[in-house]
Amino acid sequence: MAKSHSTVLAHHFDSIEQQREASSLGMWIFLVTEIMFFGGLFTGYVVYRTIYPGVFAEGSHHLDITLGGINTVVLITSSLTMALAVRSAQMSNRKSLVIFLILTILLGLTFLGIKLVEYGHKFRDHLVPGFGFSYPGPEAGHVELFFVFYFFMTGLHALHMVAGVGVLTILLILAGRGLFSAEYYTPVELAGLYWHFVDIIWIFLFPLLYLIGLHLKGS
Amino acid sequence: MIVDRVEPRENYLNADYGIKSWLLTTDHKRIALLYLVSVTLFFFVGGVFAVLIRLELLTPQGDLVQAETYNKLFTMHGVTMIFFFLIPAIPAVLGNFLVPLMIGARDLAFPRLNLASWYFFILGGLIAIWAILAGGVDTGWTFYTPYSSSYSTTYVAVTILGIFLSGFSSIFTGLNFIVTIHRMRAPGLTWFRLPLFIWSLYATSVIIVLGTPVVAITLLLVAVERILRVGIFDPALGGDPLLFQHLFWFYSHPAVYIMVLPAMGVISELVATFSRKNIFGYRFVAFASVAIAVLGFLVWAHHMFVAGLSVYGAMIFSFLSYFVAVPSAIKVFNWTATLYKGSISYQTPMLYAFGFIGLFTIGGVTGLFLASLGIDVHVTDTYFVVAHFHYIMVGGTIMAYLGGLHYWWPKISGRMYPEGWAKLGALVIFIGFNLTFFPQFVLGYLGMPRRYYAYPDEFQVLNVMSSAGASILGVGYLLPMIYLIWSMRYGPRASSNPWPATGLEWRTPSPPPTENFKETPVVTWEPYEFRPREEMEVIGKLNINDESG
Amino acid sequence: MVEHVESKKVYFTVFVVLMVLTFITIQVAFMDLGWLNNILALGIAVCKATLVALFFMHVRYSTRLTWVVILGGLFWLGIMIALTLSDYLTRSWLTYPGH
Repeated sequence: MAKSHSTVLAHHFDSIEQQREASSLGMWIFLVTEIMFFGGLFTGYVVYRTIYPGVFAEGSHHLDITLGGINTVVLITSSLTMALAVRSAQMSNRKSLVIFLILTILLGLTFLGIKLVEYGHKFRDHLVPGFGFSYPGPEAGHVELFFVFYFFMTGLHALHMVAGVGVLTILLILAGRGLFSAEYYTPVELAGLYWHFVDIIWIFLFPLLYLIGLHLKGS
Repeated sequence: MIVDRVEPRENYLNADYGIKSWLLTTDHKRIALLYLVSVTLFFFVGGVFAVLIRLELLTPQGDLVQAETYNKLFTMHGVTMIFFFLIPAIPAVLGNFLVPLMIGARDLAFPRLNLASWYFFILGGLIAIWAILAGGVDTGWTFYTPYSSSYSTTYVAVTILGIFLSGFSSIFTGLNFIVTIHRMRAPGLTWFRLPLFIWSLYATSVIIVLGTPVVAITLLLVAVERILRVGIFDPALGGDPLLFQHLFWFYSHPAVYIMVLPAMGVISELVATFSRKNIFGYRFVAFASVAIAVLGFLVWAHHMFVAGLSVYGAMIFSFLSYFVAVPSAIKVFNWTATLYKGSISYQTPMLYAFGFIGLFTIGGVTGLFLASLGIDVHVTDTYFVVAHFHYIMVGGTIMAYLGGLHYWWPKISGRMYPEGWAKLGALVIFIGFNLTFFPQFVLGYLGMPRRYYAYPDEFQVLNVMSSAGASILGVGYLLPMIYLIWSMRYGPRASSNPWPATGLEWRTPSPPPTENFKETPVVTWEPYEFRPREEMEVIGKLNINDESG
Repeated sequence: MVEHVESKKVYFTVFVVLMVLTFITIQVAFMDLGWLNNILALGIAVCKATLVALFFMHVRYSTRLTWVVILGGLFWLGIMIALTLSDYLTRSWLTYPGH
């Protein structure tokens, strides 16, 4: 079989374009499976929020809007640095690719750190279902339900962040070796898609969990 | 039938030897064989449970097992058969083998992901078997809450983990198929020149990709509720058990189409080849697959009519359920119309195709009974339902799977199977199947509930008939198992195009070389363009000679 | 090989808009606007997500197939939520006797 001019072309593809298009389509379909994966949780959350609007609002008042807001800013900023990293790869700028990857990883870790602090507060306040949850009042069961969804949704999101940081670290090593250039940057591009997707999930988690019902606080 | 006497040149089977060359292969054809062996294994595991169930139901009393064991038997029968046999059977075995061959590609788009899918499948399967050996699980394959999440004391979480992992294998396969079909078709192979099997696998993959993640997260929620003792679905803890059923059936109803859509694709190939005609209404059949994939997602709550669903919700879902019948009926009518004035030959694959059309029609029409609210209330959780879905899943999917396996066996193994034995097998399976499951329609209509280990005396005659049928069916399934293995060594060598058929897979040697085609084929003809037999046999031979010269 | 290189200016503009939207959504959440609260919170989230997808994820320059894949996924999510809610929202409309 005729060997291609490029070493990154797999044997079963005819051209590097075909390979790139296939990878990109594959990534998008993977993201659709992720939409449905989180979608099951969103559906459950929407259903319970519809049945128990007041209690869920009460539950959400125990979340820390400041930390949640800061985290939103951190994550959106990391999306910007990720987009700039892909741009650097497109322009074959190895140095700025490395810098932006490092920035993205650091911002991702910051997000996870702040999330950990928030989780710590919930442990302190006995608001973690399954781990000594206690809440005064007759609605404790439904408040617990809110926190089950809070921890499940943010936890799953955080796991995706951890995976993302792992992928970016590998890319960082490869980028340091100069593997990526304008001719071949598909892995950076795909990792970027994934990172932005995780950002979008948070863009919805933030209002759903922290913001809706906030105006009822104290009333 | 033309039989090549020439020793085959290097092909995917003899390209490399040794365990490692199989376990680390990225060749879609070898991965298909890995799947073939593993799903057959799971089929027999699930079959053992079926045998035990039918043995227990031979008499009205519980003499072989008691309620607790019986609950485990039907649960593990359902879990192994559905998640580890029916869902992967046609896509992962025949689909894996044929998608690249049928579209003129050298492999699937992501070969390593394909291998990973098999490992996820095996890992999930081993964990499920471990759960079985450790003591089993008794929730029913549907894992209804709150029983599964709060009360059952069996190995629910472990089984769920097994299913969760095998879900990844499903998703990987579906994703791979979609990308491959979009991006890797041979030059000239437009969408409307694709074999209908490809269309049906495409529609199946869409369902897999959109549905499987939902059941994955749902089962994960059950596991979390169970392990942490928090309320998600348990009403005692503030949850709503119906939410579980909504999320579960959002996947598990379309999952029926994951099983039967590829089967329909196989039948389209068989009917065309063995009546030597283009499929009547090719585009209708192709779009019917897509329509089933879409409509299949709009009907799930018809599994919940008596569960406490809102009356209006039930009416919406009952109404929508009827729509799925339309594309399914289009297919049945078009296959029948294809036979009209066709040059029909009654070879084994075609016998399975006939079996499929008949049994699928019975299964489908009884499905309409169940879709209508009034009748469903009467027959919910009776043997009527059991008979209905076995007509679809066993009478539909397994008939098509075996038909397809026989049809493509020359391509897969390079050998012909023994036609006489194969026809006998197809006949025994058809008779055994009907004897097993038709009495169950009657039983259910008379009011025998499913999932009970004992029953009133008046039901015994029909139950004995069913158990007798099951033993015939068992023999029927053993036959192909034996003669197909035998034929791998002793069967006559197959030519490149023994039937002779029109697809691209028949224009490469049997068995195909590792890279499938020496040169990427260029397609200039329409699908199912049948010409006289002699001409087609020559085409097959010419292609091989081209490659050797 | 490179499809389209977006200018830095576009990225930074989108970033600033995202920040402003975040600020607005937090401020609005504290005001009592009745049913508008939920609409605004989710509407702004949809806007932000769309911006991220169109610009950061380059969907603006993607093939039609990519659009179909994305919209198809969202459509199915819509089916799941809408048809599930069709049960929950209508349960109180008609109750069985004695309930």
